[in-house]
Amino acid sequence: MTHDPSILISDVSHRYGSREALAGIDLEIPAGRIFALLGPNGSGKTTLFRLISTLMPLQSGRIVVAGADVSGDPLEVRRRIGIVFQAPSLDKKLTVDENIACQAALYGLRGEALRQRRDEVLRAVGLVDRRGDLCQTLSGGMKRRVELAKGMLHRPQVLLLDEPSTGLDPAARLDLWESLTEMAQSGMTVLLTTHLLEEADKADAIAILSGGKVISTGTPEQLRGELGAGLVTVVSDNPGETERIVRDELGLADVQRVQQQVRIRSESPAALVPALAERLGEAATTISVGRPSLEDVFIAKTGHRFWAAEAETTEAH
Amino acid sequence: MSTTAENADMSEPALRPEALSPSAAAAVPETRAASPDRPSGFAAAWMLARREWVRFFRQKNRVVSAVIQPLLFWVLFGTGLRGSFEGAGEQGFLEYFLPGTVALIVLFTAIFATISVIEDRREGFMQAVLVAPVGRWPILLGKILGGAAIAWVQAIVFLALAYAFGTIEPAWTFLPLLGLLAILALSMCALGMIVAWPMDSTQGFHAVMMLGLMPMWLLSGAFFPIPALGPEATIGQVALSWVMRLNPLSYTLAEMRRLLYPAVDFASRGWAPTPTLAWAVSVGFLVVTFLLAAYLMRGSRKADLVV
Repeated sequence: MTHDPSILISDVSHRYGSREALAGIDLEIPAGRIFALLGPNGSGKTTLFRLISTLMPLQSGRIVVAGADVSGDPLEVRRRIGIVFQAPSLDKKLTVDENIACQAALYGLRGEALRQRRDEVLRAVGLVDRRGDLCQTLSGGMKRRVELAKGMLHRPQVLLLDEPSTGLDPAARLDLWESLTEMAQSGMTVLLTTHLLEEADKADAIAILSGGKVISTGTPEQLRGELGAGLVTVVSDNPGETERIVRDELGLADVQRVQQQVRIRSESPAALVPALAERLGEAATTISVGRPSLEDVFIAKTGHRFWAAEAETTEAH
Repeated sequence: MSTTAENADMSEPALRPEALSPSAAAAVPETRAASPDRPSGFAAAWMLARREWVRFFRQKNRVVSAVIQPLLFWVLFGTGLRGSFEGAGEQGFLEYFLPGTVALIVLFTAIFATISVIEDRREGFMQAVLVAPVGRWPILLGKILGGAAIAWVQAIVFLALAYAFGTIEPAWTFLPLLGLLAILALSMCALGMIVAWPMDSTQGFHAVMMLGLMPMWLLSGAFFPIPALGPEATIGQVALSWVMRLNPLSYTLAEMRRLLYPAVDFASRGWAPTPTLAWAVSVGFLVVTFLLAAYLMRGSRKADLVV
């Protein structure tokens, strides 16, 4: 596997009027991996997606996709990427085959090459028997698979997917991930945006976005590993007092207060519980022990809960 | 969903990791050679035009209303206003109104064909087209060719009916008439794109249609003749006459009228441009609307992102 980045993003900022959506993003996305841009709504991931997919002009910074510069040669970038949008992009009045033929014409595929490639992608997404059906008669999961077939039709080096699981039931999500894994194994770079923590957990690597900045990158294991082996969460009515007790009386240093919670990172979390329970007594509503999740990573980096950050940005609009 | 055997489909040379290295300059021509042909804008435009055509015939109500509505218009207005009409020589209103009805068919069909660009954007189809490696002009060309072909064929079907009923006499001028109708259909579609492209709702389009496109049709000599300005003309007549003379559609309509009724001398009965001027204005209008539409559609705009 090559170690050259398939997508190189350096110092990219973007503003919508006076609102700053991206504030200096630097990222290197390796080839042949599934890379997830994780962030709550409003974190800037869709803006970044639109910039990479050449849907919006770059304002500042540089993005190179599969060797082509987004601002210098957008048409060349477009030839090398496949895009699966969050919103459906199918013509519902056309059949599956016709939709794919439309896509093929836009990417310069025709004749025998088109027929052969169309058969391949339809087989890959398991829709050969529905190829003559109008798209308006397909289920949500099937439509998404047609989108995927469209996206990979011209053998892009990079496949970009914006919130690919939106509107899919769990079985369809599993199918989607199976397809994405196969594509990545065959050497394609798969970049997807998501606001679902459990989805990002399945990717090979993640960049967490918040407030238009990359706050952390790495594999899911690396990110969780930074938080230590475990995490004790104490929920209480008076978290300020609880935090004081935990820090001063129990002498624990790695403590963070988030809303009603006091979170303590530790290599041996279970051992802390008896001492906490005894000292806090009734003051603690809940004491729980767990392995750090990606949400814990997000909280540790931003001081917000993942969904709270989303609510804040939504309100700000 | 897919099996390992099918997986082999995707491990073609172009997708092997070593060919993907963007920094290795040598890999670039290799991947390009293995990827599909350089996309042709004309092929893309042709496909988009065919799509318009296929969509039109899959929406049966569009086909039916496109033929019935102007027919009703023609018969109802033609017979209803017959008694109160004077001003085009010995022609009755049914005959006089025929070219206007043909223009109306073309106008309506072109409008409904280009309004679909708003739906395409709302339904998401357009976003996939906008990020395709062909640029913007194939989108414009495809929409205009597709919409104009539908409008053109409808106008011909209607004219065939008029010939069959004997309202108009068959004449050799039918051939240049086909050309003129094609020019009209193309320019109406280009005009429709100018209106539809910046819009994000079909409601807005209807407003523009009622306030802009319908008056343009009404003031083209389609409904009543363009007043000839004698010494006794009132100020109102002068103003109306000039508005109608500045309307490019008036020229196309005057020529269409002449080609439909080659035996009638319209110039002696009111204002009528020379054939050369009429053709020049019709072609000029097409060029101007097309260029303006292409100018409006260039580059990325905020409207692209409305989905």
